[in-house]
Amino acid sequence: MSIEKTVVRGGLAGAEAAPRVPFPGLLRLTYSRTVIELKQFFRQPESAVFTFALPILLLLLFGTIFSDTITGPPGVKAVNFRQYFLAGMIASGVMSACFNNLAISISLEQSEGMLKLLALTPLPPAAYFGGKLMSCLVISVIETVLMLILGVGLFGVSLPVDLMHWAVFLGVLVAGVATCTLLGIAYTRFIPNSRSATPMVMPVYLILQFISGVFFQFTQVPTALQWVASIFPLRWMALGLRYAFLPDWFKSQETGQSWNLPIVFAVLAIWLVVGLIISLRTFRWGRTRNA
Amino acid sequence: MTAAAPAIAIRGLRKSYGDLTAVAGVDLEIEHGEVFSLLGPNGAGKTTLVEILEGYRDRTAGEAMVLGVDPAHPTRDWRGKLGIVLQTTGQFESLSVEETIVHFAGFYPAPMNVDHVIGLVGLEGKRKDRWDHLSGGQKRRLDLALGLVGDPDLIFLDEPTTGFDPGARRQAWDVVRELTSLGKTVVLTTHYLDEAEALADRVAVIVGGKIIEVSTPRELGGRARAVAHVTFAATDALAGVALPVLRGEVRADDGRFVITTDYPTAVVAALTAWAATHGITEIPALAVTRPSLEDTYLRMIADREADSTQLRGAPGAAKKANGASR
Repeated sequence: MSIEKTVVRGGLAGAEAAPRVPFPGLLRLTYSRTVIELKQFFRQPESAVFTFALPILLLLLFGTIFSDTITGPPGVKAVNFRQYFLAGMIASGVMSACFNNLAISISLEQSEGMLKLLALTPLPPAAYFGGKLMSCLVISVIETVLMLILGVGLFGVSLPVDLMHWAVFLGVLVAGVATCTLLGIAYTRFIPNSRSATPMVMPVYLILQFISGVFFQFTQVPTALQWVASIFPLRWMALGLRYAFLPDWFKSQETGQSWNLPIVFAVLAIWLVVGLIISLRTFRWGRTRNA
Repeated sequence: MTAAAPAIAIRGLRKSYGDLTAVAGVDLEIEHGEVFSLLGPNGAGKTTLVEILEGYRDRTAGEAMVLGVDPAHPTRDWRGKLGIVLQTTGQFESLSVEETIVHFAGFYPAPMNVDHVIGLVGLEGKRKDRWDHLSGGQKRRLDLALGLVGDPDLIFLDEPTTGFDPGARRQAWDVVRELTSLGKTVVLTTHYLDEAEALADRVAVIVGGKIIEVSTPRELGGRARAVAHVTFAATDALAGVALPVLRGEVRADDGRFVITTDYPTAVVAALTAWAATHGITEIPALAVTRPSLEDTYLRMIADREADSTQLRGAPGAAKKANGASR
């Protein structure tokens, strides 16, 4: 049959295959996947409320409750805890928008047979993952911008002071999105079915928030828990964002009296690679060898 | 690929999961433009076989060519020529019918017109409706639309009309007929024997991972030559009139006569002559019936069921149970 079609299309009698209509490009398909992902994310109450709105509600709630200040050495202006808290909440929002979002939604797609359905179409896997990554980036950016508006408007939080601080802010944001996205994809490997997804994701998220310096000052968390938190990306994302939002003297309040920016990016990079390796080795796109 | 190559050609195809043999050596050729139906009880290996042909599952042994490509090495180009309706209904929460079809159309180089596809599956009135608000049958029609939208050469339909009301099923059948008229090849897995009879050029019956027969629906299981039943009602008009000698076994059953015969034409001829001589203008409720496709299929399955149970453990054991199961 394809021969007949070829003949009709090419107007050639026979051997040489006429040029086929090309497949849509990867960029176009990634864009199309991104739009669909975003539509589904924001239209469904489960994701729109629990994944997107929850961090913002927590920001509003705790931003209203917390009013302490953190004082530094004599002569410097004390820091409002809300300023500290906003940095942590942005990091936490990125984790929710990427890690929680993907771990739950991909588990669901797997158990509902949607991954199989997509894998049997000519959609390249790169467009599927590109759509996941881009939609997570867009959700994270919207989440962050809303938090900044609320933080500045309601709680009088001040924005990064100069180009360097903005650059680190954007750098941590982008690296955080990439790392949390890959870890979200990788984490589905450990989720046996979609019903286990939320119970396996939310405790990780909540516990990491508590021990990573989001709700409390990190140095006040018990040392053993600080060590545990330091294994995972959230604590470092929060630290990198505190560099962006807090005055430089505040590093004296941090572990090692330093912002440790190289460690921030190194930890994110290591987890990015770990997430990538687990995803590449275990993610089943299309072909299955066994039942 | 030459024009003469079949759409699907498989030889000695096997799939095992450890000790369990899901597909136990299948040989099959499906021609271009054919509607080919796979019949078989649950767990017979139909879905595994189809998944191997769709390039979703690896085979353990044997050869397979689908549209000139080994499905163990699927290419994007090849995927673009397949249309697939899975057994499970798709989940497109919060997307409209139109959004979903437009999205999938975008995966293919030369998709069908979206309006045309929506019309084809009869979802015109639902195009702006969210998937969440569709009925089960409407969701299934959306699945069908997604299988067609890439304008495929070969379409795999796995129980496509489950959950349809009778009207929707007829409509889906018309869609399949339209595909055939466009020269497309259809592999239809179904539990509805009337569906296979209405649509399929040929059917294969699979039991225990083996194809036990490939035939036209009319001829399956020797159906065309099977014993016929000539029946008519035993009404008062016939009371006291002795039946003629008939080539077959006559019995009275629940107010009617049933003649089981290999020669229904001769029986009917004898009956009409007999009616004429006795002044009976019309023999009440006269009918000649042969086993339906469903009767034939169920008998074939019952014959083989014992074999297939043993087949799973040890393929060699199948032979000895053969014939003993009747």
